[in-house]
Amino acid sequence: MTISGLRALGWAAMATGFLQAGPALAETVLNVVMQAPLRTLDPHLSTAQIVRTHGFMVFDTLLGMDADYKPQPQMADYQISEDGLTYTFTLRDGLSWHDGTPVTAEDCAASLKRWAANDPAGRKMMEYVASTEATSDRVLVLKLDRPFGHVLDLLAKPSPVPPFMMPKRLAETPAGEQVAEMIGSGPFKFVAEEYRPGDQAVYVRNEDYQPRSEPASWTAGGKVVNIDKVVWKAMPDMQTSINALQSGDIDLIEQVTIDLLPLLQMNDEVAYGVINPLGSQVTGRFNHRLPPFDNAEVRRAAMYALDQEQLMQTAIGNPEYYTLCASDYGCGVPLASDAGSQYLTGSPEERMAKAQEILKSSGYDGTPVLMMQPTDLTILSTQPIVAAERLREAGFTVEIASMDWATLQSRKNGWQPAAEGGWNMLFTYWGVTGIWNPLVHAMLDGSGSDNAWAGWPVSPEIETLREQYLVATELDEQKRIASEIQQIAYDQGFYYNAGEFQSVAAWRNSITELQPGPITLFWGVKKPE
Amino acid sequence: MLYYLLRRLLMAVPVMFLIALIVFLLLRLTPGDPAQAIAGDQASPEQIAAIRDSLGLDAPLTTQFTTWIGNMLHGDFGNSLISQRPVLEMIGQRIGPTLALATVAMILTVIISLPLGVAAARRHGGLVDRLVMSLSVLGFSVPIFVIGYVLIGIFAVHLKWFPVQGYKPLSDGIWPFLHRIFLPGLALSSIYIALVSRMTRAAMLEVLREDYIRTARAKGLSERVVLFRHALRNAAIPILTVVGTGFAMMISGVVVTETVFNVPGLGRLVVDAVLARDYPLIQAIILLTAGTYVVINLLIDVSYALTDPRIRYQ
Repeated sequence: MTISGLRALGWAAMATGFLQAGPALAETVLNVVMQAPLRTLDPHLSTAQIVRTHGFMVFDTLLGMDADYKPQPQMADYQISEDGLTYTFTLRDGLSWHDGTPVTAEDCAASLKRWAANDPAGRKMMEYVASTEATSDRVLVLKLDRPFGHVLDLLAKPSPVPPFMMPKRLAETPAGEQVAEMIGSGPFKFVAEEYRPGDQAVYVRNEDYQPRSEPASWTAGGKVVNIDKVVWKAMPDMQTSINALQSGDIDLIEQVTIDLLPLLQMNDEVAYGVINPLGSQVTGRFNHRLPPFDNAEVRRAAMYALDQEQLMQTAIGNPEYYTLCASDYGCGVPLASDAGSQYLTGSPEERMAKAQEILKSSGYDGTPVLMMQPTDLTILSTQPIVAAERLREAGFTVEIASMDWATLQSRKNGWQPAAEGGWNMLFTYWGVTGIWNPLVHAMLDGSGSDNAWAGWPVSPEIETLREQYLVATELDEQKRIASEIQQIAYDQGFYYNAGEFQSVAAWRNSITELQPGPITLFWGVKKPE
Repeated sequence: MLYYLLRRLLMAVPVMFLIALIVFLLLRLTPGDPAQAIAGDQASPEQIAAIRDSLGLDAPLTTQFTTWIGNMLHGDFGNSLISQRPVLEMIGQRIGPTLALATVAMILTVIISLPLGVAAARRHGGLVDRLVMSLSVLGFSVPIFVIGYVLIGIFAVHLKWFPVQGYKPLSDGIWPFLHRIFLPGLALSSIYIALVSRMTRAAMLEVLREDYIRTARAKGLSERVVLFRHALRNAAIPILTVVGTGFAMMISGVVVTETVFNVPGLGRLVVDAVLARDYPLIQAIILLTAGTYVVINLLIDVSYALTDPRIRYQ
């Protein structure tokens, strides 16, 4: 009776629940485990890396960014008037949305408006824009009312949030609301029927896409798709992902835990390496509104006490995959600077002695530092422990508050006292594309505004320099301003630059021509049939 | 019996309402913000506020609760805050693998644990008994993820008899389905095999001491008939209870197995939903799980009457 009853229950459940549609067959399917599951789709609304990568699959941008950090034509060619105030974009031939309708300049004008409403840098640009007008189906004219030096950079930026183009009817979705459909003009089409939020996202080649003739370079050039279908699978357990890669169930893991690389070294059917040449910077943010970090001397003492190498060693371990540099804009980018490096260089002992000395003279009264620790994010769970030890050695009183990442994210936006649910210090990390100049770098906002990213430093000097940066057109001038901003940010203790780490990808040897880029790119990639 | 069933189902209504209220309030008291989960960690407070506003998260709690309950009474469980998809559609996508996993695990549990428990009871104190008890201690003690990795290491990586991960629905064919579900089912069943075999052994030992068993043996019945027709049937009540509640526990507790074997089931969906503070999705899954417990408990009670003619419900 028991067994037959259960069997009946089992068959009933099978009849109702198990009969799901299987995936359609395709010639070449690239199975990929991404660094995070895709749970939300609107690439204008989310700053998450996975949503940005999804955006570049489905949507396209007027301009692309090449490997030399130069904006290049992508959907449109452009001309700039002699006074530098009028930008004319002409859409190239053969552009169409995934629903078959042609891409028009009016669609692009509406998309720019929506993008700017959701992107702080875009919003800043729009303060300088007099009008964006479609003068014909294929021509979009953007007029500035005063000089602004970064129109092309922003329209080509791969950093959060890129200015993706979408049909006008989607672009008119109210601010804060997600678009209802994934209709872009990019090289892949999103398969809504096979999407399972948090588990699987499927893309097929857009047969109507006409790539540019230039060779692909980052998000610029010809986006030639050589595979029929890309399937993103979420695998929360890294060991399972590695087993699946080794057995051939999947072809690529976007980010492998560095501790597990020795497992792959033993297998000659898989390879691994860095395909995103830009790393991520770990940052220790001080809350400038609350004691003790409302005092610049105390923040400076903390910066001297902390140790980049120690923090990177504990989080990453293998020196091959991290870089120590002072640049707030990322190591090796055009604006990279050594300004302020005195806070990071010298032996840890020398810096600790200096930290103790500064802290004594700062008037620090022993107010506890509440440091938030995300326990569910491996890359950030160790820094607070190591940092707390160094700060205690310098003379700070430190309490660690452990919580999940979602709680930390929510708590960081409040500025009530630490004992009432506030905070004094947290660690997070930023992809270098999100910090590579003073315009997009949210941690260098010195306005102290409630709408600034958490920490709320106040620095009129930096705000003046940031305004100068907005109108600077020459790279040398931009470098000078960026370097000055960086020096002030160090002197005023905006945040602690805890070093840069690289993401390591792993793939089956049969996968070739993986494209280097600021995100994982799926055009150009080849897989044998 | 019909009156009894109706009474039990009516009693479930206030229970479900209370669960709905508690879950709703607990989620709102938990720190975290779904708007932040949508916007990502680099978003400004202004962007997050715009999303909160569009999701209606700033409305008073009473309004949010009454709207949710009202919509639910009309069969609308709402949309996921994060993906904007109907939560019932999302649950529908993920419940199949979980039910499949729990069913296979329960079938393996029954097939393996009942004979083991009976054999241990029959050879009480002997080698078989000690072996079964030792194995059950092992089943209780070793975490499921360890058992999962060991099974993958032996049967998938080295022997290559099974795939290392993934799930195929029954519609893809019975062999692909069984091929993918067997190892996770076995891993998940390990703790229940330990539990049910111990429970069977204990219940059987008690029954085997009864006079009617001695009478059956004195009548010259074979040992197989004595054990399986007379003893096991009389020992069935506690075993059915454990099997039934075990099935409900499997549905609500498969997340580790689903993670290790990459089965896209309900367990992973609820963890994702909790991490992203996706209120409507969490609420719907918890109500579904609570409903499952209510129904399974009812089925267990009904099965008592079917198994033991002395039990009658009024």
